[in-house]
Amino acid sequence: MFLPFFYELRRRGLKVGAQEALALAGALRAGLHDSHLDGFYHVSRALLVHSETQLDAFDQAFLAHFQGVETASLELTQELLNWLEEARERPDLSPEELALLEQLDPEELRRLFEERLKEQKERHDGGNRWVGTGGTSPFGNNGFGREGIRVGGGAGNRQGRALMQAGARRYAGYRDDVVLDTRQMAVALRKLRAFARDGAPDELDVDESIAATARNAGELEVVTRPPRRPNTRVVLAMDVGGSMDPYAALVSRLFSVASQATHFKELRTYYFHNCVYGKLYATPQLTGGITVPELVAQVGRHHKLVMVGDASMAPYELSIRTDAQGHYKTDGLEGLTWLMQLAQHFERNVWLNPEPMGTWRTGTISVIARVFPMFALTVEGLGEAVTHLTRGRTVRGAAARR
Amino acid sequence: MSQAPTPVRFKGTDTYLTHESLQAAVNCALTLQRPLLVKGEPGTGKTLLAEAIAEALGHRLITWHVKSTTRAQDGLYVYDTVQRLYDSRFNDGDVRDIRKYIRQGPLGEAFSSPERVVLLIDEVDKADLEFPNDLLHELDRMRFRVTETGDEVVAKHRPVVVITSNNEKELPDAFLRRCVFHFIDFPDTELMRRIVDVHHPGLDSALSEQALKVFYELRSFTRLRKKPSTSELIDWIAVLKAQGVHDLKLDEQLPFLGALLKKEQDLVSVAEAFGRGRRPRA
Repeated sequence: MFLPFFYELRRRGLKVGAQEALALAGALRAGLHDSHLDGFYHVSRALLVHSETQLDAFDQAFLAHFQGVETASLELTQELLNWLEEARERPDLSPEELALLEQLDPEELRRLFEERLKEQKERHDGGNRWVGTGGTSPFGNNGFGREGIRVGGGAGNRQGRALMQAGARRYAGYRDDVVLDTRQMAVALRKLRAFARDGAPDELDVDESIAATARNAGELEVVTRPPRRPNTRVVLAMDVGGSMDPYAALVSRLFSVASQATHFKELRTYYFHNCVYGKLYATPQLTGGITVPELVAQVGRHHKLVMVGDASMAPYELSIRTDAQGHYKTDGLEGLTWLMQLAQHFERNVWLNPEPMGTWRTGTISVIARVFPMFALTVEGLGEAVTHLTRGRTVRGAAARR
Repeated sequence: MSQAPTPVRFKGTDTYLTHESLQAAVNCALTLQRPLLVKGEPGTGKTLLAEAIAEALGHRLITWHVKSTTRAQDGLYVYDTVQRLYDSRFNDGDVRDIRKYIRQGPLGEAFSSPERVVLLIDEVDKADLEFPNDLLHELDRMRFRVTETGDEVVAKHRPVVVITSNNEKELPDAFLRRCVFHFIDFPDTELMRRIVDVHHPGLDSALSEQALKVFYELRSFTRLRKKPSTSELIDWIAVLKAQGVHDLKLDEQLPFLGALLKKEQDLVSVAEAFGRGRRPRA
């Protein structure tokens, strides 16, 4: 019976599946919803929603799906009779106002009720229009309209509240479509980690201890070793401003994931504009920072270099000549040469490009793609880039140890 | 799902007030015997919920505080190799019995308990990214095998599992699918009044009104880096009561503001807004 509701939810981006359907069926069979819509709202929300970012979408789907059910199931005529019986006159209303209120006929009322229930987005007390309490609107409870529909109140009919609560859309602030895949990014970056045993030997090496004890003819010999520590060092440089603006959110997400990652031994982040001209900057405002020769001198070849940028610029911008401080100089090096210096220094380097792959064959992108292995800034592309960065790691590491 | 659904319904306790959506979530978790994942602002009573459930159902509570170094294995059992090595060296006790050196973790303890227990896995997001995935099978089947002995630990009674998260890391989908989810809203004024009543019975109603008013005004203050939460309000009122404060006004002379605001910048910005640059006494 609630299957269409499931498809409504899926349409709104909630990944509900068979597991949730079975759970909900089980809960309903156990009678957890107490046979009213309110209970159903709470039970289905607990079982179908998995994160506060989905609560708003759930509320919207619930509203859209159960709005019709709601109004149709209200016993309108009976409600109306009940209301008339309990109706009290409001002493401060003028005869004209009373006459105005009496004009509404049941059909008209029903239509207006449904309309307003659809329009109304929040709880309402007082006033003369919305469904609520203590007002002169024909709809609501403890109000003063002559003919109207009572919603809620003493008769045990609690149907209205779930829709009211869903309609309030209190979780709109938690919607967060942006960070949906930070986890995927974090998982992709995790593959970059590598461990090395480093520092004071304070961890018990069980295998070695047993072997040593055995060699010692049973005399206990405890062997310790240094604990495993992360050993990946990353240099991350990002193009800012100009043509990169549309991708600012995506790139800053990558930056925040990378800086939160605890499995890097060292992470250096730098900024540049369009192309590297001798200097990498410490801030997005292009201040501070380090020159390329300094960077090459400071960090070893085993650092992994990740460049992020669209690599799209006017062709002449690749050949602007500057010195290491980024000042124009006719005998300086071309932008492309600076890039090549970086690419040559770091054994493992990648360029992540947010532009769609279809555009990579032409212009400055194709030039830069010959300098750096280029990958798309998508979750898949990031995964490929990470594989590229780590490839050959163990072989080289083993060779270095011997 | 072998056992009959529990007929018990959770309604909160004398000191833990609930909302009906929270009750529905807890009851779903109880009936379907699934873990309950609770999220919400810090200080909204996520951890206390587990204690309340244990109290309401009359079960023992086992807590597992997750830290950044916690591994899933730690929750099941720890094999004390060093102790066994030492014992073998000094001939203390029977080292042939490996079971003597297997100590159960919180999860193992909950499984092997003779009666049903409430297991709280606190702040699951503090641990490593893969931590929840490593627990999937154990929480699903409520059993695990001790590799050293080949013994299988099977839960006699599926424990009521409550998991809290502060959203520091996102949890994997496969894990989320198995949980009943609840997001604890920040209480509205009405519920907050009841909560204050429960914790400070017989409090001067004028004072509690004023305290609530100040509290919500502070919370609506958008410049705050960390908004004060329920537990901080309760503490603050306790201090006010202990110091015999009877009258409150939201201005620069607000007493014991340090109980509500925990960040230096917040104290400064409140002082600037209400006190024309003067620091409140904290």
